[in-house]
Amino acid sequence: MKKIRLQTFAISCAIGCSLYSAITHASVDAHSRNLAASCAGCHGTDGRSVEGTPVLAGMDKKLFVAQMKDFKSGARVGTVMHHHAKGYSDEEFEKMAEFFAAQKR
Amino acid sequence: MSLDRRDFLKLGAAGFVVATFPNIAFASSELIKKKGQRVVIVGGGFGGATAAKYIRMWGGKNIEVVLVERNAMFISCPMSNTVLGGSRTIEDLTRNYDTLKKKYGVKLVQGEVTGIDPQKQTVMLANGHLSYDRLIVAPGVDFMFDKIEGLSAEVAGESIPHAWKAGAQTVLLRKQLEAMPDGGVFAISIPKAPYRCPPGPYERACQVAFYLKHNKPKSKVLILDANPDIVSKKGLFTAAWKDLYPGMVEYRPDAAVSKVDVAGKIAKTEFEDIKTDVLNIIPPMKAGAVADMAGVLGADNRWCAVDFLSYESKVQKNIHVIGDSIAAALPKSGHMATAHAKVCAAAVIELLNGRQPDANPSIANTCYSMASNNEAMHVAHVYRYNTEKQEMIAADGGGVSASRSEIEGTLANFWLKNILSDVLL
Repeated sequence: MKKIRLQTFAISCAIGCSLYSAITHASVDAHSRNLAASCAGCHGTDGRSVEGTPVLAGMDKKLFVAQMKDFKSGARVGTVMHHHAKGYSDEEFEKMAEFFAAQKR
Repeated sequence: MSLDRRDFLKLGAAGFVVATFPNIAFASSELIKKKGQRVVIVGGGFGGATAAKYIRMWGGKNIEVVLVERNAMFISCPMSNTVLGGSRTIEDLTRNYDTLKKKYGVKLVQGEVTGIDPQKQTVMLANGHLSYDRLIVAPGVDFMFDKIEGLSAEVAGESIPHAWKAGAQTVLLRKQLEAMPDGGVFAISIPKAPYRCPPGPYERACQVAFYLKHNKPKSKVLILDANPDIVSKKGLFTAAWKDLYPGMVEYRPDAAVSKVDVAGKIAKTEFEDIKTDVLNIIPPMKAGAVADMAGVLGADNRWCAVDFLSYESKVQKNIHVIGDSIAAALPKSGHMATAHAKVCAAAVIELLNGRQPDANPSIANTCYSMASNNEAMHVAHVYRYNTEKQEMIAADGGGVSASRSEIEGTLANFWLKNILSDVLL
């Protein structure tokens, strides 16, 4: 009995999780999602870094935008990030931030 | 044309017949019964595997993804030069496709593609075929061995490895270095650009020098470059050779190898014959053979022209090309291949749903080169779609490291872990 309940729980959890991911992806527009996908090479899928680089998933929107603007202006010195930040507009930082803020850590 | 089963078997015995007359293959069976909309992806490297994952992740349950790959395992070409230096083994760079199957529901077919029929929208394999609504071709590069007299795929596999696809040849080259006498000459021959991984050959010179410096310090690393100058990260590489491996690395521009003496390990350029102990010839490259089968090669008969909004071929409808095989003013790197893959994945989903692809895509590349076991430098660029030129153009602000550093060596390791996870997990 207990086993069955656990299985049911596992299945509903699996359905719940996949629904969740569909919802979070759908809630932010596709262009923002596509823009943010460029970050995944170094920061993990949906910003869930697996090691070393900052986790962007769930990051506060204002904090994300402020940091990107600082990398862009040179106020914050990074090793790599200034080369990326300078390639985007402030509006695009907002869109990326919106996507990452909507992702589960 | 009608054929009975016996005729078909007779014809099938000669594999090329199937490729020449693709409709014959319709006597074969559909490998996986097609129910809804299907995307077939040929090639499970950085580009193909990423496209498979992202179509399933973004496209919902209604789009079936079949990934065809000839190898059982994924081996990362990025960072594989460190196997030569000794800070990694090939096993450290080897991954499986299990998560793509289990977590994302990608259907994996291990096999070799024998033909593609763009009209009937079918991919042929030895044991059957796969129908598709959209095909993504991601075959990486193939080598033009015939451009260097004396060289062949067999020679590369046995004695003069290119090791430009990570795997058995990487291990062979490492073994050759281990067997080389102290005071020996290692020579690397670089083809004219464009080729896979612009900074890769120069990184390899660093990695081989790192190994030799610590094990065979009287030896020499000779770089024979068909290009007139160092193609990527010039200042950073020359500084690394001078600072870390003084007197060991010699760079020769405009030194295209046109001929090899296999038994003597002699590389021949227009000007001289160079006797070596370990010879590493990286031949000129072109799009992988599958691109030719799909009929998507350009007028140069080498690379594939694509629409950068969708990566759809400019010559075949419903066939997309991503990764090293495309003709573009973009570096041919694993990271770039994943970036093409995501734009392509998003576009394929939109197109299959009767909508238009994102009209303003941007992609990015970060590429680290290991100067030693722990120091690295990078080149990073954002590339944006230019509507007027219909090309991807480098945005302002991209560039290379100010200098190599241990911090970047650490970041390079983080990059590898994250990108492998983004591609496969």
